[in-house]
Parts: sequence; C-alpha cells; structure tokens
Amino acid sequence: MGEIHVMREGYLPPRQPPRRHLISIGDLEREDVERLLSLEREVKKLPTLRGHTVVNVFYESSTRTSSSFELAAKRLSADTMSIKAAGSSVDKGESLKDTALTLGAYDPDVIVIRHPQIGAPQLVARYTDAHVVNAGDGKHQHPTQALLDLYTIQDELGQIEGVHVAIVGDVLHSRVARSNVQALALMGAKVTLVGPPPLIPRGIEAMGCEVSHEIDAIADADVVYVLRMQRERMAEGANFVPSLREYTERWGVTPERIRRGQKVMHPGPMNRGVEIDPRVADAGSALIEAQVRAGLVVRMAVLYDLLTTGPVPVEAAEPLEVA
Amino acid sequence: MLYGRNGRKDDLVIRGARVLDPVEGVDAVLDVRVDKGTIAALGEGLDANGHRVVDGAGLVLAPAFVDPHVHLRVPGGEDEETIVSGTEAAAVGGYCAILAMPNTDPVVDSAAVLGSLIEDAKAQAVIPVGFLAAITRGQDGAELTEMAELADQGAAGFTDDGRPVIAPSLMRRALQYHGITGRRLALHCEEPTLSKGGQMHEGAVSAELGFTGYPSVAESLMVERDLSLAAYEEAPLHLLHLSARESVSALRAAQAKGVAATAEVTPHHLCLTDEAVRSLDSNMKMNPPLRSADDRAELIEGLRDGTIACVATDHAPHARHEKEVPFEAAPFGVTGLETAFGALYTHVVEPGLLKLETLLERMSAGPARAYGLEPPRIAVGAQANLVLLDTESAWRVEEDGFHSRSANSWLLGQTLRGRPKLTVAAGKVVHDS
Repeated sequence: MGEIHVMREGYLPPRQPPRRHLISIGDLEREDVERLLSLEREVKKLPTLRGHTVVNVFYESSTRTSSSFELAAKRLSADTMSIKAAGSSVDKGESLKDTALTLGAYDPDVIVIRHPQIGAPQLVARYTDAHVVNAGDGKHQHPTQALLDLYTIQDELGQIEGVHVAIVGDVLHSRVARSNVQALALMGAKVTLVGPPPLIPRGIEAMGCEVSHEIDAIADADVVYVLRMQRERMAEGANFVPSLREYTERWGVTPERIRRGQKVMHPGPMNRGVEIDPRVADAGSALIEAQVRAGLVVRMAVLYDLLTTGPVPVEAAEPLEVA
Repeated sequence: MLYGRNGRKDDLVIRGARVLDPVEGVDAVLDVRVDKGTIAALGEGLDANGHRVVDGAGLVLAPAFVDPHVHLRVPGGEDEETIVSGTEAAAVGGYCAILAMPNTDPVVDSAAVLGSLIEDAKAQAVIPVGFLAAITRGQDGAELTEMAELADQGAAGFTDDGRPVIAPSLMRRALQYHGITGRRLALHCEEPTLSKGGQMHEGAVSAELGFTGYPSVAESLMVERDLSLAAYEEAPLHLLHLSARESVSALRAAQAKGVAATAEVTPHHLCLTDEAVRSLDSNMKMNPPLRSADDRAELIEGLRDGTIACVATDHAPHARHEKEVPFEAAPFGVTGLETAFGALYTHVVEPGLLKLETLLERMSAGPARAYGLEPPRIAVGAQANLVLLDTESAWRVEEDGFHSRSANSWLLGQTLRGRPKLTVAAGKVVHDS
C-alpha cells in the first residue's frame, strides 16, 4: 500500500519511514490486492494483533462497515474503541484536526474513519502517527468495500480478470462505484456504468470504464452490481431523476432484466422495490450476504497487513508537479 | 482613486540593469536616476549626484506592477489581512498599486464605510490602494448602491466580486449608471444554479475524486450575458478572473464587435490545472476553480494576444484553521501578492509560453488601463514606480516567509525563479532586499 502524498510534507526533512495507509484504491498495486485477497488463511491464526489498538471513528451512520471493522479487530485480538460523531466533541464544534490530535494522543495503531467530506482520512493521516483506513469519505472512496467486492467475485467466479461487471444506478453520489471502477480496472475486469445521464459523472470514462444510459447494457455482464439510490443525497428539487417511480421503471433491476447465470451484488443498505426488485435481492443468484461475510475477512486482512507487514521505506513525496 | 501614506520621496540611482518597459518601447542596459521620487534621467554612466546607488547588473528593471484584484479583508477580517500587511505583501511582490475588493464585513456599499477605509489607507498603506465599492447593497443582488456618491467619495470601480449580479435587469441598470460614475464595473461571472455545490472543475478529475463539479459553462454563460448587456448599453466592463476557454472566445468575439470589455486572469489559472486538486490540498481550492489543460492553454493565449488585458492575483487570505480542514469544508481562495511574478516567470515565461515583455505589460500597464489609471512607465518626468527583478536566482516559497498575515498559498514548498529585489511605489522605496 502506498503512503499518502501530502504536498507540504514533500519538503520537510524525512522523518520516520512513512506510515502505510489505505485511503484510496489508488494506494494499491495489483500485487497488494492479490496479497490482501489471499490472506484469509493467515488472518485466522489468532491472536495475531494482541496489544494493538484500533480506533473506529464514524462521522456518518453505518451498520455493515462499522460492525465489521470492530469485529475484524476483535477477531484478531486487538483492543478496539469506537467513536461516533453524535455525542462526542464533534457536537461541540471540535475540528477534525483537533479530534485527530486527541485520538492520536492515545497512540492508536490504526484509525478507521468514515466522514462525509472528501479528504478527511488524509487530514487524519497528516496529524496522527496511526495507520489510517478510509471507511468512506464523502463521494470519494470506500476502498475496503471494493476489496470485499473483489473477494466476493473471485470467490464466486474463480477470477476477476476478464469478468464483466455492470454497475447500475446513482454513480454520481457513489464512493462505492468509484472505488469499484478503480479496483476492477486494476485487476483487469471490464466495467460498464449504467444509469440516467444526470447520475453518471461527466468524464468518468477516463477511469477505464464504459458508460451506457440504457438498462439493456447489463445483459452481457457476468455481474450486475446495483447501487443504492442515495435518497438522502438527493436534495429537494435537484431533479437528478424526475421521480423514483420513473427511475425504477427504466433502471430498476428486476427478474425480467436479469439473465440466467448472472450474479447480482449490492453494497447495502438496499431500497427494495426502488433500485432492486425484492425477488432479485432474495434470489440464489444474489451475492449480497456473501459480500457482508467477505467484509469481515477482508477487513481482518487489511488490519493484519497494515500492522504486520513492516512499513516500506518510501522517499518523501515529490512536491506538487505543476502542469 | 488611489490612497496611501504621503511621505518622503526618495533619491536613487539604479545602475546597469536591463531596463524593460514595453509601453515606452525601452529594452536596453541603462542607468536610471530618481530625484525626489521622479525619474530624472535615463542613460549610460549617469552621475550619482550623491544619491544612493543600487547595482542593477544582471537584473531587470521594469515598471512596477498593478494588481487589480486584492482582498485586503478590512473591515472585518483583520486576522487574515490588514491594510498594512496587505500593502507590505504587495510591495514585496513588486506592486506599486493595488485595488481592494468590497466583499468585507460590513460590505463597502456606503460612502461612510468607503470614507473610513480611505482615511485608514492614507494613514497606513505602504503603497497606494484603490477601493472598489459594491454594485448592490450588501452585495445581495437586490438594490443598487448609491454609485454616484460612492464615485465622488473615491471608489475606484464597482463590483459584487465573490458573487454574480444574478438579475439581468439589475445588471443592466448598473451598466446604465456607468455613464454617471465613469468607473468600471467589474463582474464575477458565475451562474449560481449551475455552480451550486461545486468544489472543482467538472471533468475527468472531479468524476474520479467524487467532487461536485463546477462546470465551465457556469462561467461562460454569465460572461456571454454580461457582454450582450454591455453591447446593448454600449458601456464598458471588466471581467474578473476568467478561467474557461469558452469565456475567452466569447470575450474575443465581443471585442471584435467593438464592446469595450477588459478581463483579467490569475497566476494560478495560468500555472495550474484541475490535476492539482488530486492532492486534496485545500490551497488548490479557488473560485473559479482550476480548469483543464485546454482552458489553461487558452488563457495563456488570451493573455498573449491581448484579449485578456491583465494578470490579477485575486489574493484571498484565509486563516490557517479555515484551510486545515477537508477540501470540501475549506473556503475558496489563495494568496498571491508575494508570489505572482515568480510563479508566472517560472511556469509561463521560462517554458516559453509567454514573453517576459508581455507578462510585464499585463502586470502593469494592462491592469492600470483597465481601470483608467495612469500606467506606470520608465520615462524622464514620470513618477518612479519601478520594480527591480532578479530572474536568475532560485528561491523557495516557505510558510513562514510571507509578509501577508495569511499563508494559504498554492506554491508552498515550491522553488521558483523570479523575485522582486527592490520596489519603488509613488516615488518611494517600499521594498528592498
């Protein structure tokens, strides 16, 4: 895993070898992903992380991610501490920098952070000595979700390279989609994004995927990856879609639109009857529970890898290159 | 229209510099003698007359710069900048005059606020400052300010900078009022429903990073509207901080039809593209945002061919804690007074994208003319407004090296070439290193 590149540190004298973080799929090389996906057997050797401290800081609500990080740390015998923004000093207006400094004073080995703003994990990495794992930052990245999705696909289809994945729905607001496009492209899968034009960000093809606005484009895919319609991100009157009814009519994933043998994935939480028909969600072809199980394994692998594979000495980051 | 501390006028001889004044057509190694703040002689082997002698060998002596777009943050933001710190920073950057924007707290929208600023500038400003007043009261886009009275009080122009004038009818009335005030209207062109929530340029980089995009058309649509209104009313206007190539072509077309429009571009838009936002550094966050490589190329071309008359720093100081937050939570804006020439010399002139002479004109006479000010020039009888530039030695931009009260620079940690060694403003040495 790569260290983050904080521009201002580029010209400071080199300190300790940089801590490794998992902030973006862009921090990983293909061999890193392969190693993480194959760590399953090793991470079951307990108690691997006894004496280490993992702090989970969640500024956004989460069931799957926070519980699986906590359980992953516990399975590895690490000490864990979970902090939610509600009821903490964040409610009193404490800045993220000060929260990071406060938590850093306990010398945690890993800080897992979810935050509604892009770049929050980088900021925490700048002000603490902990390894930072991004559990979702705004619409930017959710790298452990992408890793668990890769794990699920590999487990189910035996490979990732050459697999065709259609990602359907609200790509614009989805950090899951961005992380997955990046991760799937890194591993040699083919990705097609499908959704209404206002929900497909302009220029996203540059990430190495194709774009279609027609639901028929999912027909060729091996895996149909359904994104949640993020209703809480849809401000009143934003008009990304005229109505959820029309969205479901044209882009909802229904049994009629799924071909035999196609696998269906969803990062959860689902809006049954909106982006995914309940019959699809409950069918044998759905890998949704497998994804949740993979989440635990993959998060154990990430924590284990960060804490047991020694920091790779990396040269200080280059100062920003001007175009 | 410009106000500063009165005081001594200096005597000085600068020997052996390459004197470069594109307006006067001078490019020669000469001595320049300043007597009591006025250029008294240009020539070879001038007598020092007992004046202080500055060795200019290997340096470039040019008309000092004029910055038409500075946020001095007074009144209301004295923790970020003051008249003293802002004008000191400008002096260090080679400027002999700056224009300050009225989006302060309170807004400069009444003769009383403007009058008190002018009094403060007369007591404190290290170099002359002009103050623009707001177009609308409180810059809320609803009612015109008392523009005639503000012009009489000494407003250097009018702008709602930071915000667009949303209603076309109000924009039209403001243009009509130009006939009374004679002062430029300077427009921040942004269609707010298209830019809403925008954090950076809309394109491949925003798609990948997940930021809400601020598309080019949010600017160019408003540029086209304002140029249409200016054509209809036959009134001049000035377009602030252009960033999009579509805006440059719209301006070029309007100028060809005879619209008296000028425009400015910032050093950061001339040096950077949206790729810089990948760092997630909040000092890469500006309004308008950094745009694509094609936009950058067109801005440089517009500056070269004169469509864009001037470079403006849009110096926007912010307190450290305001920028030490995730990108999305950070305010827009970066500082620029102390780094403008170095940035542009290093990233635009040295790579051969623009001639030094052109840059010097666009940083001095260009902005002065855009606001109807006397262009600084190097000629006998002219007031001494001079900058002595070292274009050879490299220097590093450091957080603690600024005279500005704020250090939110996009250049932190960079090594630049091109730095003012001596600045003379209104006949007085204001920077000497």
